[in-house]
Amino acid sequence: MKLLWLQSGGCGGCTMSVLGAEAPDFFSTLRGAGIDLLWHPTVSEETGAEVVDLLQAILDGRQVLDVLCIEGSLLLGPNGTGRFHMMAGTGRPMIDWVRALSACARHVVAVGTCAAFGGITAAGINPADACGLQYDGRQKGGLLGPGFMARGGLPVVNVAGCPTHPNWVTESLMLLAGGDLAADDLDQYQRPRFYADHLVHHGCPRNEYYEYKASAHKPSDLGCMMEHMGCLGTQAHADCNTRLWNGEGSCTRGGYACINCTAPEFEEPGHMFLETPKLAGIPIGLPTDMPKAWFVALSSLAKAATPDRVRRNAATDRIVVPPTVHEKRKR
Amino acid sequence: MTETARDSRLIVGPFNRVEGDLEVQLDIAGDRVVAARVNSPLFRGFERILEGRDPRDALVIVPRICGICSVSQSVAAARALEALAGQAVPDNGRLAQDIMRRVENLGDHLTHFHVFFMPDFARAAYAARPWFAEVEAGFKAAAGSAVREAVAARTALFHVFGIMGGKWPHTLTIQPGGVSRAIDARDKVRLAAIVADFRQSLERQLYGADLDQVAALATPEALAAWRDQGPAGHFRLFLRIAADLGLDRLGRAHDRFLSYGTGLDHRGGFWQGGAVSALDPALIAEDHSHARMAGRERRHHPFEGSTVPDGTDEVGYTWCKAPRLAGQPFETGAIARQLMAGQPLIAALVAGQGGTVFTRVVARLIELAAEVVALGEAIRQLNPKGEWFAPARLPADGLAMGLTEAARGALGHWLRVEGGRIASYQIIAPTTWNFSPRDSDGLAGPLETALVGVAVAPGERAPVAVQHIVRSFDPCMVCTVH
Repeated sequence: MKLLWLQSGGCGGCTMSVLGAEAPDFFSTLRGAGIDLLWHPTVSEETGAEVVDLLQAILDGRQVLDVLCIEGSLLLGPNGTGRFHMMAGTGRPMIDWVRALSACARHVVAVGTCAAFGGITAAGINPADACGLQYDGRQKGGLLGPGFMARGGLPVVNVAGCPTHPNWVTESLMLLAGGDLAADDLDQYQRPRFYADHLVHHGCPRNEYYEYKASAHKPSDLGCMMEHMGCLGTQAHADCNTRLWNGEGSCTRGGYACINCTAPEFEEPGHMFLETPKLAGIPIGLPTDMPKAWFVALSSLAKAATPDRVRRNAATDRIVVPPTVHEKRKR
Repeated sequence: MTETARDSRLIVGPFNRVEGDLEVQLDIAGDRVVAARVNSPLFRGFERILEGRDPRDALVIVPRICGICSVSQSVAAARALEALAGQAVPDNGRLAQDIMRRVENLGDHLTHFHVFFMPDFARAAYAARPWFAEVEAGFKAAAGSAVREAVAARTALFHVFGIMGGKWPHTLTIQPGGVSRAIDARDKVRLAAIVADFRQSLERQLYGADLDQVAALATPEALAAWRDQGPAGHFRLFLRIAADLGLDRLGRAHDRFLSYGTGLDHRGGFWQGGAVSALDPALIAEDHSHARMAGRERRHHPFEGSTVPDGTDEVGYTWCKAPRLAGQPFETGAIARQLMAGQPLIAALVAGQGGTVFTRVVARLIELAAEVVALGEAIRQLNPKGEWFAPARLPADGLAMGLTEAARGALGHWLRVEGGRIASYQIIAPTTWNFSPRDSDGLAGPLETALVGVAVAPGERAPVAVQHIVRSFDPCMVCTVH
């Protein structure tokens, strides 16, 4: 399987992340799956005209292209010209290259939330008029249009995340290489379900604090970050706390809120990222699939039932009250 | 064929194995480059994205400027916000922030040497050189054994982020006032083990020697002895290649160097004409005369700066502004840091050959060795019983600056807050200095200057000497324009 990887209006962080794939590493994973890198901006030898020759060969049909990976959002500005990113050495807007190459590729993969939905580059006034390959935020469309279907029969595969987990990318590529990714393996935002059907909440080590609504009030507190600190882990579609990052990490394990970076428009939560918006003291965003009345009822019950240990630990940066050790009862 | 008949213009791009997209325009007369123009072809507008937001949102936005300098961006923002709040940070919190910044920089140095820079010597153009077989086996792009070992070593090192930062890139652990994740005694020994393992991997493969020995290299003569009789390793291999190809005569710029200070010592300085002087950040100004940006009539200190792209402009040839210190272009990076720290070998190399491809790479490799040793010491200083975070209360109005060092050099954030919202946020990244375009005085930026005089063989479409020079700066193009 021949893979071409291009970068546009992003930070390159998804490439930096994927180079951290381990057991096996990125290069071994590709080789093991029979995936050849035609070119990648960070690791390949070819520069300048050699690369332009390769792109031209793909457009002319002289070079097969099985997977086109695009990292970074697509910049339509200024005024629809795409001149905020002219691909170096070609005098041609990157969006033109991406449109043309997408038509040649068997599969098109958006690596990261920028390429999928626009992402952080589309935040605020969206100065560069950034969008995703097939979405502009939640709105289907984007650069390639709502009806786009790659030659292999799939729409754009959105490996969303800011950054993506290395293995969300490698596993998506391996599934494509094996012909094992079908349209119903993608969720409603075209994200691979193998990671998007989970919630960040699953496996979060702060679950006991969540259960009792024993909340963190400031960075470094051990408590649940949903009530005050802006955590969206109960709503965010990803397996971060069961898969883990850089060995043993995840956002909530790092002591900060999940900001739902796999979702379209995560960049504009409508409030300060690390503060939970509330109405009458109740967080506006409730856990996924949970009726509000039950949340309110269970929360007040749970708060009343909070063990002293959990309440005290929640407000500190280390365990001050260990769990009781239950001695076997003497007969 | 007359010389004038060979006068031509060469456009090199897409320029890869740099972070982000880059185009270099070369005017060639005869067989030499007579003028170079550096084009940063991507504009995203992060400074404008930040405007109007709660200042604390900068911690989410700025790391995403760059996937390779992500933590440095976070640290610069945290420093600016701490300055705004007049915030005292607990020692642990400050140290933990700095450990993460240094780990990222070490990973970047490793990536630069193995993944970005060395693979150019494994190109077919060098097949006849005596060192070629060794370089090809180790450094063939994306395939060489040393490339893959380095990527694996970086991955293992970045387990530091799995413990301290949740993830890398784009951690939110770094907060004004410290860090959001306390380190206990178990974490501390685990961190020490990760760094010790990284150290051993460098000693085995890159240097073939104890890191203390590398960091203690003090004279060009000692370096030459290492090249001729030193321990086998990729450091020595580079020294041999450099001598063979004359990399010590390639890519000299202005020999003016700028740093915002090393480690926890934030006294910035600059080096010019053999002397180090203290830095006055008030003398920094950005010039837009050759950038596709409005605001060309005068230079702006970043507190008065603006970022208004002018898409119709034909005079500007890049999205990159031209930062100047007291009106002069400056080079930033490992050389500058080593000069500020008084590293005798780098000082002697700069005094002799100047800042060249060779000096830049040697400065990075010496710094890598010294910093791994220092990192082990920094981890020992973490106090599991101490405080990690102190809440910062931000005023509704104010000005603040956050300066730090990314792997590739001096990184600064200049923030203005009005009514609790970001009114202005200006960023000058290391490669903004190094790859700046001409200014209103016609002064070219460091890379533009470094490329003048380079030999170009007939038919070369991407002259390999040009590639060595460009990559010797370890450019980060996504930071450059942001």
